[in-house]
Amino acid sequence: MAKGRVGVNEERCKSCGLCVAACPMKVLRISDRINSKGYRPVEQFKEGCIACRMCAITCPDVVLEVFRLEDDKACNA
Amino acid sequence: MKETKIFEKPKSMIDVTTHYCPGCTHGVAHRLVAEVIDELQIQERTVAVAPVGCSVFLYNYINVDSYEAAHGRAPAVASACKRLLPDSVVFSYQGDGDLASIGMAEIVHAANRGEKITVIFINNAIYGMTGGQMAPTTLVGQKATTCPLGRDPKLAGYPIRMCEMLATLQAPAYITRVSVAKPKYTIKAKEALTKAFQTQIEGKGFSFVEILSTCPTNWGLRPVDATNWLEEHMMPEFPLGVFKTPE
Repeated sequence: MAKGRVGVNEERCKSCGLCVAACPMKVLRISDRINSKGYRPVEQFKEGCIACRMCAITCPDVVLEVFRLEDDKACNA
Repeated sequence: MKETKIFEKPKSMIDVTTHYCPGCTHGVAHRLVAEVIDELQIQERTVAVAPVGCSVFLYNYINVDSYEAAHGRAPAVASACKRLLPDSVVFSYQGDGDLASIGMAEIVHAANRGEKITVIFINNAIYGMTGGQMAPTTLVGQKATTCPLGRDPKLAGYPIRMCEMLATLQAPAYITRVSVAKPKYTIKAKEALTKAFQTQIEGKGFSFVEILSTCPTNWGLRPVDATNWLEEHMMPEFPLGVFKTPE
């Protein structure tokens, strides 16, 4: 299964939690930090992201970027 | 390890925080429109017509030439723009208070004339910006500030199904209802928007995409609960599907 990583634009997040509910691997959660608008931004708190993009597709505020991680060897193959 | 970015903000979306409430799916609809504009490479010739309602600031979020129409009149403004600039791609983006209430005459006649425009209709079954009053699309029994005991059909009639109504007309080319409540629906919504814009670009006629959306603030629900409420209550009343498709 593909490996991935989620990038969070914390200032944009409004803490709605739709991505947390949409993630099939349950690697997202609402963090304890507070952004300048007073919301607690989402964070990826553990490994296991499969780069399915469900979080980014459901996010109403385009907070998330999704990266697919590949071994250098696999890239050359 | 090599990282490949597989999801980012669409280029025709302006890099600002929206004014929408947390969990409001207007943002998803905006992003889908911007993605479709990027993919069809039509940013330079697209004209948006913003409504009155929560999405009144559409022009602050999607980087295309824009009008702001009087309440409900977006299809009339879009018709004029398309007739004067036939090479442009013109879409209006309207909520249910704007399109199905005060703007009912404009949308019906624009559809009936077969104007070669695209109308994006956000249906969240309530008036959002003005504070949660009953809309023409409010469900029977659904509570709103102007029907605190729930919509009573004896007093206020039944929710209007715009897609079904417009599909009885001969002129419209493409009429469909989608949702952005959950990723599985959002993916299909993007396909519908792509087809709607293509219908216009190919000159096939009027295209109409109704998007079932949530309004967590005025429904009084948490954002995730609102998506579930939409699935349980709105989808039976407003079934998803294609009502008319270009030949």
